[in-house]
Amino acid sequence: MVVDPVLLQAVADLFPNGISRYAVGGLLVGLGTVVIYAATGIPAGASTFLESTLSYVSDRSRFQRYVGSRDWRLVFTAGIVLGGLAFAATVQSGAVTTSLYEPGTTGTLYEVAGVTLWATDVQPWRLFVGGILVGIGTRIGKGCTSGHGVCGVGSASKTSLVGVATFLTVAIGTAQVVAALGVSP
Amino acid sequence: MADRHPLFKPLVFVGGLIFGFGLGFSHMARPEVVLNFLTFEDLGLPFVMFGAAVVSGVAFALLPRIRDTAPLTGDPYERRLKPFDRNVLVGGAVFGVGWGLSGICPGAAYASLGVGNVTILWALGGMFVGAYAQGYWRSRSEARDAARAGAD
Repeated sequence: MVVDPVLLQAVADLFPNGISRYAVGGLLVGLGTVVIYAATGIPAGASTFLESTLSYVSDRSRFQRYVGSRDWRLVFTAGIVLGGLAFAATVQSGAVTTSLYEPGTTGTLYEVAGVTLWATDVQPWRLFVGGILVGIGTRIGKGCTSGHGVCGVGSASKTSLVGVATFLTVAIGTAQVVAALGVSP
Repeated sequence: MADRHPLFKPLVFVGGLIFGFGLGFSHMARPEVVLNFLTFEDLGLPFVMFGAAVVSGVAFALLPRIRDTAPLTGDPYERRLKPFDRNVLVGGAVFGVGWGLSGICPGAAYASLGVGNVTILWALGGMFVGAYAQGYWRSRSEARDAARAGAD
């Protein structure tokens, strides 16, 4: 079979960092979800943590409904943070190397106690304002990238498929407009 | 809740560790990489969400055939489908604007903190502000509806 080199180059341009780091990362995200589901029957999403944690400090009914799950959600989130740190201490620091990992060139690397850490160059106002909308939207929309995107799509939930299609389409439009307005990074 | 299996929280923690490591490895914890996907400069990102969805989808389909209930909770393996209504569209659109502006979603923000991205605290602070604002508003409208129903 002869593959057109122009076509091959076009595909390579669409995936400048390859796909292995994305696919391997995704498999691990799925594995983490499955470990929790297999042991507990709970399809865990990440954004409920925002409201369940507010139940520690607010008596509002909207947050108090999550009192029963707030402790394990805190544990889940602590695990995610430390999982990110474990990645930084191993692969990001170069202590563990694999051809499946593409380090890329985004953001700024810095070192603390021999661990290579990473910080974003995206402006704080974008993170803060975007964060507010993420906090409102994920909770009103009943889920985020993990609850709808991973658990919901994984269980072929129509609600989640519509949710994912909605936030993905709007996010693409928003990011294109913001980039066209010259906001960078 | 109180009589949960002693391994319940340790197991949730291990699941979270793997989940967070995956978000770090995939670079989804980096807002720049998400924004590069949304502006079509690097189309690799869908492999994260859909890769994860395939893995969880296989497990969600197989587990109920192997066992009836989860070992640590006794809860049945069942699909917990969220009901569809207008909120899924409205909330999804608001989330989409926020994700497209910031390049970060909740799980990735937690992992981002772990990879050293202290700046992401801006986004996490914003997420709590947003979650509080909608909860405040919805708690009030629920209380109002309940009062109205009681008066009838």
